[in-house]
This record gives sequence, C-alpha cells and structure tokens, in this order.
Amino acid sequence: MTAVATRAAGTAAPVQRHKPPGPGRIAAYVLLVAVAVLWLFPTLWAVLQSFRDYHTGAWTVANYTNAWQQGDFTRHFLNSVLITGPAVILTLFLASMVAFVIARFSWRFNLVLLGLFTAANLLPPQALLIPLFRLSTRVPLPYWLSDSGKLYDSFWMLILVNTAFQTGFCTFVLSNYIKTLPRELYEAAMVDGASIWTQYWKITMPLCRPALAALATLEVTWIYNEFFWATVLMRTGDKFPITSSLNNLKGEFFTDQNLLSAGSVLVAVPVIVIFFLLQKHFVSGLTLGANKG
Amino acid sequence: MAGTSETPPLITVGAHGATGPTGGGHHGVPTNKRVKRLTGVDRIVVALMVAVPLLLTTIFVILPAIATVALSFTSWNGIGDFSRIKWIGLKNYTDVVTIYPAFWPAVWHNVIWLLVLFLVATPAGVFLAVLIDKGLRGSRFYQTALYMPVVLSLALIAFIWQLQFSQDYGFLNTVLQKVGLIDQPIDFFGNPSYNLWAALIATSWRHIGYIMLLYLAGLKGVDTSLREAAQVDGANEVQTFFRIVFPVMRPINVIVFVITVIESLRAFDLVWVINKGRNGLELLSALVTSNVVGEASRIGFGSALATMMLVISLVFIVIYLTTVLREEDR
Repeated sequence: MTAVATRAAGTAAPVQRHKPPGPGRIAAYVLLVAVAVLWLFPTLWAVLQSFRDYHTGAWTVANYTNAWQQGDFTRHFLNSVLITGPAVILTLFLASMVAFVIARFSWRFNLVLLGLFTAANLLPPQALLIPLFRLSTRVPLPYWLSDSGKLYDSFWMLILVNTAFQTGFCTFVLSNYIKTLPRELYEAAMVDGASIWTQYWKITMPLCRPALAALATLEVTWIYNEFFWATVLMRTGDKFPITSSLNNLKGEFFTDQNLLSAGSVLVAVPVIVIFFLLQKHFVSGLTLGANKG
Repeated sequence: MAGTSETPPLITVGAHGATGPTGGGHHGVPTNKRVKRLTGVDRIVVALMVAVPLLLTTIFVILPAIATVALSFTSWNGIGDFSRIKWIGLKNYTDVVTIYPAFWPAVWHNVIWLLVLFLVATPAGVFLAVLIDKGLRGSRFYQTALYMPVVLSLALIAFIWQLQFSQDYGFLNTVLQKVGLIDQPIDFFGNPSYNLWAALIATSWRHIGYIMLLYLAGLKGVDTSLREAAQVDGANEVQTFFRIVFPVMRPINVIVFVITVIESLRAFDLVWVINKGRNGLELLSALVTSNVVGEASRIGFGSALATMMLVISLVFIVIYLTTVLREEDR
C-alpha cells in the first residue's frame, strides 16, 4: 500500500476546478441535489409532523410536552447519561492503556493482542447473547449496587458489555495514533527516569487529545444509540436508556403519528447536536487511521 | 460498531509505511534491550495495563463466544446447574435446519439483505463519494445531508421511516394514493410482501451515507499525481477510477466489503423495532434473540443458530484482520 501516499484532507485541490461546466458536471449537480433532498426529507418530515396536532392539523408544541411526560423522557435521558458516560470513559481509559503498550513496545504478541481486541469488536452481539444473558442472571450484586440484586437488569452490565465491545475499535485507532508520536519523547523520558505510568499518563495521553476527542465523540454516539444489549439485558421499564425505551413506548405512540414524531425528534436531538457541533471530530474519528488525526 | 449495531471501520491507508514526518525510527531499536530496561514495578504496570482490558474482553466476549459453540451441542433448559447439561451432538443443528420453520426464511432474508447492501447500497455510497470528491460547489452540503443518518440509531430510523411507510398516515401512502397508483393504503412495514424491502430502504438510507463517508476519506488519501498522470495519458474519468483509483484503494475496498457483510449479518435493531423479526422480517439475529428472551428459552437450539452466525462472521473477520493488520505490520 505504499502507492497510497498520505495527503492532508485540506489540500484536495481538484484539477478541473476552472473548467466550464459541461453536461456531465450539470448532471452531477442535479443528481447530488436530488439525493441530498431525498436524504433530508424523512428527518424533516418527522420534524414537521412533530409540530402538528393529530386531530386538527394545527401547529402546536403539545406533542413535545406530551411525549416527554408519557415517555418519562427525563428519567430515560438520565439513564442514557449514566450508562454512556461511564462506558465511554472506561472504554477510552482501557483502550488507551493497551494501545500505549502495543505502540510503545514492539513485542511479538502485539499483533495477536490487537487482532483479538479487534475481532471481539466485530462479532455479532446476538451470537454472544445466550452465555452473557445467563451470566448476568447468575452473578449477584449487592442491593446497594443494583436493585435487581443481579448483574442482569442493572446499569453495570450495560456499562461493562458496551465497554468490552468498544475497546477493540478504540485500541486499534489509538495504537495507530500513538505510533506516530516521536520516539525521542520516550527516550528522553527514560533518561529522566520516568516510570511507564508517567510515560503513559503524563506524556502520551496529553498528546493523544485530538484522537481521544474524536473517539469520545464517536463512542458517545454509538453507546447512546446502542439498542440490542439494553433491550435484552434490561427488564424494568424505568431503567431503559432512551434509545431502547422508545420501543417500549411504541404501543402508546403508534396510534398518534405526531406524538411518535415528537418522541423521535427528542431522541435524535442529542446526536444531531453532536453531529453539527463536533462533525469534524466525528468524521476524523471514523477515518482516524487514514490521516493520522 | 460493535456493542451498537454498527461495524466500525479500521482504515489504515496512508497511516503506515513510515512516511510521516514523525513515523519512522522505532523499528530499528532492538526489542530485547527495551524490555530489559523496565524495572520491576514498570513490568507489573505494563502487565496490568494489558491484563485488565484483556480480562474484560475475555469475560464478556471471548468466553461467551466459546460457550455459545459448546452449548450448541447440548440440551439445557438454562435453569438448574451445569451438571444437568446433556450432550446431544448435532441434534440442535439438524433440528434447526429441518424442522424450524423460521430458519430458511431467515437465511434467505439475510442473503437478500447482504445482496441489496452489496450490490446497491455500497456501490451507491462509493459512487456518491467519487462525485463529492470532485469538489463541486456545495459538496460540503451534500456530504452533510448524506451522512446525517449515520449518527442516528437504526432503532430510531425505524421510527422515522414508520412515518413514511405507515398504512394510516404514512407519507408514501398519501402520495401513492393521490397520484392514483394504489387504491388502498399499503402497510409497508406489516405486509410480508413489502416489509423486507421497506426495511432495506430504511437501512440503505444509513448505509449509503456510511460507505460514502469511509470511501471519501480513502479517496482523499489517493495521491493526486496518480490521477493527473492517468489524465495526461488520455484516460477518461471512468477509466481513471476503475484502472487507477479503485486498485489503489484495495485496503479500503476490502474493509468496505467486510463492513457490508458484517452489517448484513448483524442487522437487528430495525426489524426488532418493526415487529420483532416475524412475518416476513425473519433474520438470524432476531431468531437467536427470540429463542433466548421472551418465549420458552431454548438454549441449545438458540446456540446452534448463534454458532452459525459466529462461524460466518469469523470468516469475514479473518479477512478483515489480515487486511488491516498486514497494513499495520508494515
């Protein structure tokens, strides 16, 4: 792959910029505009519907207040925060440690380790459901940690499962990133007698900020969006995070399209806000390996 | 990605080959020396830094995967201790294949899912990436519109498309009736002759944007001089893409291919929200899930289904890993 030279995204100067627009170019414009409109339409339609009254069709914000109350959104949003926050922090912490070791030392088993974590990240979660489900119903937790008395139906289980699954991806991206840091940093640190932990925490981590920011953006979105594990490993309606609680509300909502629209828009708001505010991080997180952050 | 319904991309194009300003150097240092320089405390620290994440992954991913395979050869009702597990050989597999009515429809639906993503959605994403990469005016806008659905969960996407497909109030039915194409509204998500295709439209809405995003990043990494050289030699744009750009993008192509396969195998959220994967929307992932939660739990039986998923996905994970880790190893 040496033929694929690195090129900074910003320098993508198209050769044909000054050509007069030919028929091909006009067709390309028409196609892109049509596709963009088609792509935005379903979301915009949901937004539009969410402001209409189901019976009269008049403009209203009542759907939002109703959806919020009927769906108990305060509680479910809070659940999402309590699951997503710790899971993302834990994922980045664990992944950065492994990544640091993989990048800092060139040991034989590094590749095995990286392969193992990455493979774990790619398995279909449903294929692991049965043992994990049984495990979670058998592992007791003290009641002050989990009111179900089990790992099952507790935030702990979701935090741990999400962390275990996401660590692979973050390890991969971070190890690539750390490998691009200058070696001399560590040589100098060793001369100063810095311990491994200092080299990791004080030297490497601050330099990884761009990568960590990108990954945090991505992981917040993914874990917030996580549906499967929450659906199968939770039972108590009150404890569902927002994304999977929507399904429980389906019955109540499906009769009223406008209420459903408002509920959907509310659930979409956090990720759409992240998308617009942190778009650069989001995209660079996905493509981080490609251009070294 | 992973715990979520999304398969993460691990692109390494351009990230290796030690061409970066800071990339080189560390391969030359002998490994043994560095290990010896570690003090006792440092060794323990390094061991823990690897062991703790490894333990978590082992408990929550690797051991469950092995247990799934083991359980698929047993009959066990899930209650009672492990001594009540009976080994029954391949019976679960023969049962799944011969007497489980939902199995073959599910396999077929997964195959259709894969084919549609692979033959329609993925090429569409690649094509749009190539168009956007031309730097036409407003490309930022098209790009944003296209990958906006990528941040939405597939569960939410089911709700958003319900507003288009619903029988009672769906936009599509309203339009089709107005222009006189249909007399009676169609329940696109409920009717088994339509619902797979409706779900595929909804999932492609997201998949195309995702592939576009990945491919666009890859295209930006392709050396411009390659294209210029091809154009100087008189190649048109189509030729330039297929003869020059596409072959050079090989690692990205493999990754996009494997992501497409794994996404098709993992497809779950959408059909589960629509109708829990029944009545025209059977998928392997949904069958495994309904055999474990909900109705009478059939552990061995469900595990046989899960093992099939595991084996198929492992084939592609190996392809994926050999591609990305080979890049890594350079």
